[in-house]
Amino acid sequence: MAKLRGTGIAAVNYPTGMNLGGDPSQALIHATTSGSFVVSLSSSDLGQGLRTVIGQIAAETLGVAADEIVIDTADTDTGPHCMGTFASRATHRVGNAVRAAALEARAALLDVAAEELGACAEEIVTDGHGNLLVAGDPRRCIPIAEMASKAQFTYGRTIAGRGSYMKPKSPVDPETGAMDPDSTEAHACTVAEVEVDTETGQVAVLSIRSAYEVGRQVNPALVRGQIVGGAFMGMAHALYETTEPYYPSVEHKPKDFSEYVLPGPAELPEIDAVVLEIPSSTGPYGVKGVGEMTANSPIPAIVNAIYHACGVRVDDLPVTPEKILRGLEAR
Amino acid sequence: MASVIVNFELCGRDVEVLVQPMATLQSVLRNQLGHTATKEGCRQGGCGSCTVLVDGEPMLSCLLPVEDVAGRRVTTLEGITPIDGLDPIQEAFLESNGFQCGYCTPGMVMVTRALLDHDPQPGREAIVEAISGNLCRCTGYQPIIDAIEKAADRLSGSGEQTGER
Ligand code: FES
Ligand code: FES
Repeated sequence: MAKLRGTGIAAVNYPTGMNLGGDPSQALIHATTSGSFVVSLSSSDLGQGLRTVIGQIAAETLGVAADEIVIDTADTDTGPHCMGTFASRATHRVGNAVRAAALEARAALLDVAAEELGACAEEIVTDGHGNLLVAGDPRRCIPIAEMASKAQFTYGRTIAGRGSYMKPKSPVDPETGAMDPDSTEAHACTVAEVEVDTETGQVAVLSIRSAYEVGRQVNPALVRGQIVGGAFMGMAHALYETTEPYYPSVEHKPKDFSEYVLPGPAELPEIDAVVLEIPSSTGPYGVKGVGEMTANSPIPAIVNAIYHACGVRVDDLPVTPEKILRGLEAR
Repeated sequence: MASVIVNFELCGRDVEVLVQPMATLQSVLRNQLGHTATKEGCRQGGCGSCTVLVDGEPMLSCLLPVEDVAGRRVTTLEGITPIDGLDPIQEAFLESNGFQCGYCTPGMVMVTRALLDHDPQPGREAIVEAISGNLCRCTGYQPIIDAIEKAADRLSGSGEQTGER
């Protein structure tokens, strides 16, 4: 009877928007009379921070501060179409749609600014601080908010843009199975350390350390939030969670949170990660996706660490104390 | 069964409600009194999202018949949130990214308030113990623990009053 330590490693190659394409996301943007911009979408923010990153992408493209952007989303009755927030696709797909919409709105803004400032549209630039100015002659300038308002009341124009992003549907070659399923791929590698108690079969995860390559990070704090939360969820899947333990028989499956087995803060291992940024060629500003993948590599890393610690190879999840003890007995 | 009248103090105000016997404090807070910061994660004592303070102690409002708080002092998240800005605990959650979807946050903030009122400088173990009845499915708890440590440092360091408002 002993407490045995082991280390395991696993990697993931995560396809962003993995569904063979044909799944559009759309966005509409318009300037209000106060000069803020409303982004209309149907895409849900489940808490990952989609609204935040979409606001940042729109702000960057329009040349205004992020707090000038209002995100109006998730009413699928009235919003432009979105296939959904899943497969780590939203920052990439919705981000592309929003960038396209913002570029169109920006063009409308530059047009009217050209008229206002007596220049041609090609000469108008934004300064990153909410102003429009004539390149090379910064004294001829006007705040974007003022211009957006003036466009409506003086020039009778709308400042608006439409955007859609769709990866065309990719057919599967019936002979070879070849296909082009995703839009870009993010990568991660995780090293987990565990301690296995050979008397009780209990596994304690000591640390989960990862390296991520996720394209350009729009919001590093939110990326870290996904990684840390995902590592914990991966540990939960590896060792605790299942909706159907069928133990000892099907009537005993968990019905609610009081019966569903979950790790809590007491089981929290040390979680750390480094992030590399290799911009994708298809995402807005080079983004990929970092959602679902964060719960992927921790699972096989933990299972491998258990094998390293005690020589028991479990191939169905979760790895319960019972499975470890049976494995130890069989050796 | 006949409805009953229950009086209690809610966030410093006397309230009187007409309720069916055994109505939970949670349903009365949310549906009759508009205190919707108190969440409904499971309505059976399994998640902690409905935590409020009763006489300063954290309690699961989904398991508490409102008659049981008659004459007592109930504090919800609304009660500790200043009119302008945020409570230092809320600030610390914001700065540490202590939430994603936010569903667990009101309960987490309320247990933190009770913890810091009892123990202004809790160690990590006491923090883990305090939040162990509150589920979070998003953050992996680490950012929440960081937030509570930050709030404790700030509140005890600056000597600010942590009593309920
Ligand atoms: S709603 Fe009260 S514990 Fe879940
Ligand atoms: S932030 Fe989503 S449950 Fe805690």
